[in-house]
Amino acid sequence: MIEHIELFFKSIFIDNMVFAVFLGMCSYLAVSKKVATAVGLGAAVIFVLAITVPLNWLLDQYLLQPGALVWLGPEFAEYDLSFLSFIMFIATIATMVQLVEIVVEKFSPSLYNSLGIFLPLIAVNCAILGGSLFMQSREIETLGLAVNYGISSGIGWFLAILAIASIREKIRYSNVPAPLRGLGITFIVTGLMGIGFLSFGGMLTGGDEEVKEAPKEVVVETIEIEKEEVSNQTQIVN
Amino acid sequence: MGLLSKKDAKLITDPLADNNPITIQVLGICSALAITAELKASLVMGIAVLFVLGIGNVVISLMRNIIPSKIRIIVQLIVVASLVIIVDQVLKAYAYELSKTLSVFVGLIITNCIIMGRFEAFALGNGPWKAFLDGIGNALGYAVILLVVGFFRELLGSGTLFGIPVLGDPIEKTGLYSIGYENNGFMLMPPMALIIVGLIIWVQRSRNTSLIEH
Repeated sequence: MIEHIELFFKSIFIDNMVFAVFLGMCSYLAVSKKVATAVGLGAAVIFVLAITVPLNWLLDQYLLQPGALVWLGPEFAEYDLSFLSFIMFIATIATMVQLVEIVVEKFSPSLYNSLGIFLPLIAVNCAILGGSLFMQSREIETLGLAVNYGISSGIGWFLAILAIASIREKIRYSNVPAPLRGLGITFIVTGLMGIGFLSFGGMLTGGDEEVKEAPKEVVVETIEIEKEEVSNQTQIVN
Repeated sequence: MGLLSKKDAKLITDPLADNNPITIQVLGICSALAITAELKASLVMGIAVLFVLGIGNVVISLMRNIIPSKIRIIVQLIVVASLVIIVDQVLKAYAYELSKTLSVFVGLIITNCIIMGRFEAFALGNGPWKAFLDGIGNALGYAVILLVVGFFRELLGSGTLFGIPVLGDPIEKTGLYSIGYENNGFMLMPPMALIIVGLIIWVQRSRNTSLIEH
């Protein structure tokens, strides 16, 4: 349980997708002009991540990892299909996004219209592929943790785009130098937010270490008997 | 240039300045920021994108008349993913340390918006030679920004360039360090890359006022 909570907060604040590893920046910069669309895109990203990361975890676990094909038969234990990861992951993501698009169009046409072009664009959003790739490189252990990681990374991205959209709406009325207007100031503000998020770095370092046991004292017992035996022997020799 | 007509030469020089993929078209930001703490990583990433974009543009351009419109994103993704797998395997084989530094960002070249962006905007509508030049030009524009950001981050952050100490030795206190200069470790942290790109945009738009947003 504790590792779930730890992963949850770690993925939102410390390894934040936007501020720590810069994933999904293109759509982050393009959609953050209004808070309403930013919220819609953020929610879509959380949803897609929550579905694709566990699916890709299953794929990685039972198909791609070195030795993963063991369930087919013991002679498959040496197969290492991990070089196919990129293609398999991106195929899953593209398919899932297509499915999500169909479902959203059927059940919530208004959301579908407001998201417009951005829903299919999520398929090529590096945050989605990045989520799956980080899941693979950090060797997330269980399916539950994978779901956790997907949702919490999505929430982290959502927080970031919500914050920058709110700031950009307000900044329109500020006295920004002309060459910095729009894109330039967004970069700098994002950088400042990133510096702020660095302060979360100390949040979770306390709980990982195991309780150190007191070093066992090595007791040296002098064996008295040996001395007597030695002295006996020296007497015999003499 | 004798080999290329004026229009073709423009395909290469435009993205280097006025139509730069990172600062003007706002594409390919993710990897530009994440791996530029070392100049070597920036250079390798630039070369990787050059390879993928150059060849990918040609392949898509050659196929442009036979790809059905409905599945074109999938076709593009497959082409890019295959090229990136090649790059990744080559890197793992010949430069293992570097591939560890670049970690997932080699894979993320697949979703690098520059590549998909140029496929959609150019390769699908133009012939292979022009598409190749456009790919090279955009990849060079991308690499230039990566190198500039990497240069400042590595120089100010660890006093080295390509791993070679240029400002003196920080431990022995020679060179610049003897007068009290200290490395700005903050430069190696992610947020500084964002601020440096912001400053580059500032410089670019001051020199070319037509790019200013209103």
